[in-house]
Order: sequence, then C-alpha cells, then structure tokens
Amino acid sequence: MKKQLVTCTINGKVRENYIDPRASLSDLLRGEEHLHSIKHGCDVGECGACTVVIDGETYNSCIYMAIWAEGKNITTLEGLSTLDGTISDIQQAFIDEGAIQCGFCTPGFIMSSLPIIESDEEFTRDEIKKQVSGNFCRCTGYDTIVTAIEKTHNKRKAERAKK
Amino acid sequence: MYDFNNIYQPKTVKEALEMKKAHPDALLLAGGSDILIQCREGRLAGRDVISIYTLDELRGICMEDDGTILIRPLTSFSHITNNPIIKKYIPTLGDAVDQIGGPQIRNIGTIGGNICNGVTSADSATTLKTYDAILEIASVDGIRILPYADFSKGPGRVDLREGEMLTGIRIKKDSYENTFGKYIKYSMRRAMDIATLGCSVNVRLTEDKKKVDRVRIAFGVAGPVPLRALSAEESLKGQLISEELLEAASQAVMADVNPRNSWRASKDFRIQLIKELTRRALRSSIEQAGGEF
Repeated sequence: MKKQLVTCTINGKVRENYIDPRASLSDLLRGEEHLHSIKHGCDVGECGACTVVIDGETYNSCIYMAIWAEGKNITTLEGLSTLDGTISDIQQAFIDEGAIQCGFCTPGFIMSSLPIIESDEEFTRDEIKKQVSGNFCRCTGYDTIVTAIEKTHNKRKAERAKK
Repeated sequence: MYDFNNIYQPKTVKEALEMKKAHPDALLLAGGSDILIQCREGRLAGRDVISIYTLDELRGICMEDDGTILIRPLTSFSHITNNPIIKKYIPTLGDAVDQIGGPQIRNIGTIGGNICNGVTSADSATTLKTYDAILEIASVDGIRILPYADFSKGPGRVDLREGEMLTGIRIKKDSYENTFGKYIKYSMRRAMDIATLGCSVNVRLTEDKKKVDRVRIAFGVAGPVPLRALSAEESLKGQLISEELLEAASQAVMADVNPRNSWRASKDFRIQLIKELTRRALRSSIEQAGGEF
C-alpha cells in the first residue's frame, strides 16, 4: 500500500516517517524508530509489553494505528533515560526492588506506572495494582513491581513538595 | 501490520458518511481494540476499513439545555469515568466502564464501539439500557433517532443500516434524575476479562425513602443480547423496602432472562449469579439512595 507521512513527537523530538497505512504504532516505533523497549508480546492488547504514553495516557502500541499518531506526543521507555544512558529513578527502583527478572515486561510496566509516579495524588497498593493490571509479568509475582512504583511515587512526591 | 484491503481516512463526519455510503461493506474503525485484533487473527482479515478514530467532533460529553446528557460515541472509557457530568449524574456508568479490560484498553476503547459491537457482555450496555439511552444514528440522508432498547438484533448484530453510523448517545434528565445505581461485573479475573455475568440496577425511592418509586434492572450475558428485566421492574414498583423485596426481585428477574451454557460458565451458575447479583446491586442502590433495611 502507498506509504503515508506521519509526523509526531517521539521522546521530545519531532519525527517524520513514511509508513504503510496498515502499520501499527508498535511497527513504527520498533521497526522504523528502532526503539527496542517496545516489545511485540501478544500483539492483541493483552500483555502490555508494548505500552507507550501518548499525550499523557497509556496505550498498547500494538493495537494503535501508526496513522493515528499524527501530531501526537509519544513517550517510550527510551525517553526516560538521558542521552548518556543514565537511567531514571523508576528504572533504578525496579532494579533495587528486584522487580526485574527476565525483563521482557519491564518497559511496559514502567510506562504504565508513569501516570502514578507523575501524580501528586495518594495511591494505595490496590490502586497501583489496578493501574498496572493491563500488564503481564510471568516472573516476579508483581509484589516487587508494586513496591518499586510505590517507593518512586513517594520519593518524587517528597521531592516535588520540597520545591 | 494489520490485514486490511484498503483503509479510508475521513477528516470529517460528513466525509465519513460519504465513504460509508460508497463502501457499505467497509468496517468502521473506532478505538479498534476488537476490530484490529480480529483483522490480525483472520476473522476480519482483508476487509476495507474506514478509520473514524481521529474524528474529534465525535468525542466528548456535554449537557444539553433540557438536562439531557450527550455522550459522543468516540469518548473513551477512561474519559467517561473521569468526566465531571458522569461522576455527578450517572456514576454507575463511569463505574461500569472502569471495569473493562485494563487501563490501556480503557484509554483506547470507545463507548460507541462497545455498543455497536453488539455483544451481550459489553460492560457499558446494561447501564445504558437501565438509563433508557437514546441513539443518534446518521447517514448521508440525515439523522435517525432510535431507543437503545431497540438497537440489538442478535448476537453481534445491531440495527445499523447501510451507510449508517452512530453519532450520539443521549440520556434524558427524567431517566437519571434522583437515581442511585450499581453495576456488578462477575468475571474470573478482576482485570483483563470478559464478564461471566453483568448486572446493572438503579432505583429512585419515594420521598419518605420507604418505598421503591422506580427500579431498573438489566443484565449482560443473561441472554444472547444485553437485556432489561422489564417484568421484574414492573412487579417491584411501589414495593416497601425490605429484605423480602431483595428476595422477590431475585426471583422476579428469572422470568426475564435466558442464560446459556458456555465455556465460561454453566447455565446453572449464571442463574445463581443472576439472582445473587440482583440482590447485591439492588441492596447497594437502595442504600445509596438513603433507604434502610
């Protein structure tokens, strides 16, 4: 099919891609932009391993048309670390808490946690579980993941309060 | 890559309707959380699709001058749950759609897609039925108004005729005013699952809060399409609030339902769920309304 220009902001940079209009956003991000944090896990919107943040909301990029990304602001896990490869506090928290084993689900979980850790509201552990309920992890048993998100949320909240 | 034959990308509703008329067999793609998957797995592979997801004029919730609440069909589930008008006047609907899938699905899934799919398990369908939703359906020839009660034509089939598209869902003031409701979804998992049974109830009590002035009950997966328990509603009207009322309701709904065996659950289990969820949802609705047992 004739390729189509899609212009969107990816991790803070305006990007132009000519893509097949039948492509998914995960095809665009992983295939064209080489952002390999995007996993083609289940490809049917059930495992959450391809989660990205679009204009502040989490989406499964495997069931999102690439053409819908026109004009959108997209963040992937790569957008959280700095150019020299220094990782963010939430990524470090996943390491510290043992919330990573095989690591396949981790980028998706971290992207799903962003609406919580960037919020000033209070969240119970049950509310954190609900926020990541669209993500599957077959290794950790989830408890350490919830703890990593909880600790990062509390830490960031305290930092924001100081400012 | 999704398996489409062709994808049309209208920029306005008018354009979308013209494309739908020109390509009557094309699928309308709203949030896509059902259609894109079925394109990939083959069931809907090779079809023409019209992508309407980016049509922002079909998105949002507002209150009209007479108090009618208008929900545009592309409004996502999460936007419905967080919308101030829904929170204030029909929180039951916000709670119901907050139980669909997971957060990512609730951000992409749309209420219009949910009801146009025509499946009996649609979590928004029962509550829309109990609030007597009215649909606005458009085609190039004009607009048709249809009660949601008359929309279902069978499993996966709805009354959308050639060239038509859902453009609005309305709930009138006298339908939601002074009502209190509860939606209970029973499923094997608490997230990312389809309802084994869904039950939505809302009540309006008399001024002294001793009697039920109006009660509405609807079920998902208790028949081939989402259904209202009309005979039960009629029999409960004007009744005194009591434990016996809950029992009577759980018996009365049996005349209105038609559950079946499926791999998800047996008919007997569904019957038990229908009775128990009716009791629980009715109790919660009455208590929220200030009634005492």
